[in-house]
Amino acid sequence: MLILECPYCGVKAEETELSPGYEAHLKRFGPGSSDTEFEDYMFARKNPKGVHFERWRHVYGCGKWFLAARCTATLEVFGTYPAQSAEPPADLQAKIKAKRPDWKGYK
Amino acid sequence: MSEVSALNHAKFDGFASIREIGPLGMITLRAKPDLPGLAEAIRAAVGTEVPATRRIVTNGDKAAGWMSPDEYLLILPYGETGAALAAIAAALKGQHYLAETVSDARAVFRIEGAKADQVLAKLSPVDFARLEPNELRRTRAAQVAAAFWKDEAGYTLVCFRSVASYMMGLLTHSAQNGSELV
Ligand SMILES: [Zn+2]
Repeated sequence: MLILECPYCGVKAEETELSPGYEAHLKRFGPGSSDTEFEDYMFARKNPKGVHFERWRHVYGCGKWFLAARCTATLEVFGTYPAQSAEPPADLQAKIKAKRPDWKGYK
Repeated sequence: MSEVSALNHAKFDGFASIREIGPLGMITLRAKPDLPGLAEAIRAAVGTEVPATRRIVTNGDKAAGWMSPDEYLLILPYGETGAALAAIAAALKGQHYLAETVSDARAVFRIEGAKADQVLAKLSPVDFARLEPNELRRTRAAQVAAAFWKDEAGYTLVCFRSVASYMMGLLTHSAQNGSELV
């Protein structure tokens, strides 16, 4: 069972109170982009075994979208942060790097 | 306008008592917490402070609850929402906000008795031992959205009127005699 703390209301929400939004920090390629760029944006996902950044919505709670960093292999949750973040907070990245020295970064 | 409650005050007595109450007057107020005039608007509508994150502040038969970083739930007698909306409009004139009466979109239940928390614990992914006084907890009850808070006598639970009979069924089943958790 996955428990993520919503950064807006502070509830430690059990997975069934949340709705998944899949991979976070995607750059959108829309009108004017090449077919390859659009295809990558639309379909290509990292799907890593290990550190993953995701979007989640506190759908039965405050209703807000937020972002989470967790490990897909162990389900360890590294942290959650507001959806208005262009990249994971520096302290969260440092924490992940300390725990997973092989981690190559969120991009 | 419907002045009858969703289930005509259905009730059930098991190891806790379940009552469908209301209708209560309810206003959804959407506004950022730093909006100028917000505190005045809530005070004028229900006579309370702006509730802190995940809290509900009560004032007699009125209350203001924190629903999300930009949403408040105002509770008041059913017939007083029109006057409250006018007071909010006066306090927030020219500001970016939204306020609407949602009384008829809601159903309200009371769950009372020494083991009232067990009725809800079976239905919601909530740690009831850590539920704080005056905490307004939004969550799910089985398959539908719900919000509840606790007082000395039990819990008040709010859900959508469209799922009122589903909720009554859940609460009734959960409160069956002999199905206590401990
Ligand atoms: Zn939340």
